Amino acid sequence: MNEKVLMRGSHVIAESAIRAGCRFYAGYPITPQNEFTEYMASAMAGLEDGTFIQAESEIAAINMVIGASMAGARAMTSSSSPGISLKQEGISFLAAQELPAVIVNTMRGGPGMGNIAPSQGDYFQATRGGGHGDYRTIVLAPGGGQELADLTGKAFDYADRYRTPVVILADGMMGQMMEPVVLHKAVDPAELPPKPWRLSGAAGRPSRYIRSLLLDIAQEEERNWKLARKYDNITREIPRAESYLTEDARLVVVACGTAARIAKGAIKRVREIGLKVGLFRPITLWPYPKRALCELSRSVREYLVFEMNTGQMVEDVKLSLEGRGNVHFYGRPGGSVATPDEIAKVVNSLYHRQRLEEES
Amino acid sequence: MEKKVFERPRYLKKASTHYCPGCGHSILHRLVAEVIEELGIGERTIGVPPAGCAVLAYDYIDVDMGEAPHGRGAALATGIKRVLPDRIVFSYQGDGDIAAIGTAETIHAANRGERITVIFVNNGCYGMTGGQMAPTTVTGQLSTTTPGGRVPLRDGYPVDLSEMLAVAKGTVYIERTSVTSPKNILRTKRAITKAFRTQIDGLGFSLVEVLSPCPTNWKLSPVEAARWAEETMTKTYPLKVIKDLTGTPGQDGN
Amino acid sequence: MKKTIFAGFGGQGVLMMGYAFAVAAMMDGKHVTYLPSYGAEMRGGTANCTVAVSDEEIFSPVASSPDFGVIMNRPSMIRYESAIKPGGKILLNSSLVDMDPSRKDIEVFRIPANELAKKAGSDQTLNMIMLGAFSVITGMTSLESIMAALAEITKGKKAALMKLNRASLDVGFEYAKQGVRS
Repeated sequence: MNEKVLMRGSHVIAESAIRAGCRFYAGYPITPQNEFTEYMASAMAGLEDGTFIQAESEIAAINMVIGASMAGARAMTSSSSPGISLKQEGISFLAAQELPAVIVNTMRGGPGMGNIAPSQGDYFQATRGGGHGDYRTIVLAPGGGQELADLTGKAFDYADRYRTPVVILADGMMGQMMEPVVLHKAVDPAELPPKPWRLSGAAGRPSRYIRSLLLDIAQEEERNWKLARKYDNITREIPRAESYLTEDARLVVVACGTAARIAKGAIKRVREIGLKVGLFRPITLWPYPKRALCELSRSVREYLVFEMNTGQMVEDVKLSLEGRGNVHFYGRPGGSVATPDEIAKVVNSLYHRQRLEEES
Repeated sequence: MEKKVFERPRYLKKASTHYCPGCGHSILHRLVAEVIEELGIGERTIGVPPAGCAVLAYDYIDVDMGEAPHGRGAALATGIKRVLPDRIVFSYQGDGDIAAIGTAETIHAANRGERITVIFVNNGCYGMTGGQMAPTTVTGQLSTTTPGGRVPLRDGYPVDLSEMLAVAKGTVYIERTSVTSPKNILRTKRAITKAFRTQIDGLGFSLVEVLSPCPTNWKLSPVEAARWAEETMTKTYPLKVIKDLTGTPGQDGN
Repeated sequence: MKKTIFAGFGGQGVLMMGYAFAVAAMMDGKHVTYLPSYGAEMRGGTANCTVAVSDEEIFSPVASSPDFGVIMNRPSMIRYESAIKPGGKILLNSSLVDMDPSRKDIEVFRIPANELAKKAGSDQTLNMIMLGAFSVITGMTSLESIMAALAEITKGKKAALMKLNRASLDVGFEYAKQGVRS
């Protein structure tokens, strides 16, 4: 069996990326994810085929990633909320040019400069594309710990399989916190599936180009439909969620990432006093695990969405349920981290307000 | 037997360009294609076209190409070159692209001494968007956003990016030429050859700035435009070798 | 589940202390989270970290009311005294903190870490003195586990350093065993 190591979340993602065959990283300093960039600097220096660049800006970093991806490398950049805003132009290009890349957002309080505390304020930005144009990015929301290692490898696989940018949504707490993890075995980049579309110089084949400009309206429309068909496939193939104690639940808390972790603590507390409450935790935020959530509505009527923002994912919950349940919301924005006790109180009062204890 | 003295270069596609009559891009595309052929690097060259009139360069130059967002050519080329260090990577950028929105990317790629080659087309205006003031628009020059002519203390002075880049320690070869006469076209070709050689030899960052007429936006005939570039633009942007640390002879044998 | 806050000046080895404890607890087979202070919070020269240890999955790594506090300087005493859970325990570096805690519902243990460290042969190992005492007072982990954790963390470092760490852990351990109480 592999050995457990106690590692900081940002280091877990960085190391897991390298083990997944990532050999190109460009980044720019920003708190609370500097440990990520620093880890990449020393790890890439130890690899003969590894490249680390401290870019002059977030914009330059994402464009370096575009270039590295065009050349066929598993490429990655990371930042925190304000820096991710700057990368959006490049992410839009990655989507349009159908280039794989992994972008890690260690979310902090916002808008504007905000603060450096953990937040989920970038949910809409991540799940609705983020930049200009009609596109989506795959968005993975690890719950922390082991899942940081597991989902990072998945992120690169999804990026390559669908030729699309993948966003890993973490937060300041997840990035800083250390937990025991078992790291995955390292992949040899040479063993990865070839990328026949990459730019390498037109040796023994016609030249090719990768572009996003399509002045011809019919072509641009077709490209949009092509992307849409790809997004349909992704929506069918990869939605993922965790259900916790939902079998007998009368109330289900819906939360992701760090918020889900806190909610789990709350559920454990209210279960001790006999409340039948469960948790639904989306792991893919785009595509949203709509079907799994909707299926819960056969037995559950009341939902409490808990987010570290003023209410963003709650819209996806409503869209998934399509009226088949009552959706309530509790939020702590701006970098506040609620305690399990606080959420337990909210759950408890909602449970009684809806008279769920009276149901048989 | 007949001897062919003029033919389409191997790396220029059989297509007629969308460029206006008298525009410098078509000449410059041809020069780039000729140099790639002569250096025998066509099968290992990757180009990075910009946003701007030359965005469709991949329709004309027959090598692998990856389009960059506006201004980001040097950063994107950096990514390609670092992953594939034995390939020859060049970006092709206009003045607004390289000296306004992409200044930071350009200066820092130059400062890192990235082994890339930059073809910098200076026509003193934003061509594709319809002739607005560019960073390189010369003092007094009319544009759609400087209707009375560029006034430095209102609109800023013309930016001399090539001179700025020469200060960066990572740059090895920088020359300014033009495509306004047969003589200058030949000089430009020699400069492009040397710039690519600088990269092939792994010496560092190389750039050729090319003064290029834009008759449409300058509202001049092709002949007048070429003359205006030669007589007026060169006062602000003199044609010269700005920096050469290659250790090989320059244009004038010095 | 037990949560501990380790707090003091940067340079006192506060983060290392928490980290070593967390690794030791992991090696004991426990669930564990380690959350350091970070960013602008660190720039003032203070450092703290929270370690949660449990037999079950840990939901929140944050401690709004920790069970234990290992307090290395006066500003940390002011900041964390009120946060400790009623019935909780504070280990105080009494070499640097001359304050009397005002709360009566917590136990306070005074450890003259600076003096004891000198006795152990170094003025760098305050954190190991405190950790040795922590092991006795809280019973959270053993000296052996801490040593095993240190061996893992300082892999490849000098044997002399490990010897010094061991000596300091022992001094702290023995001091606490004799029963320190305010």
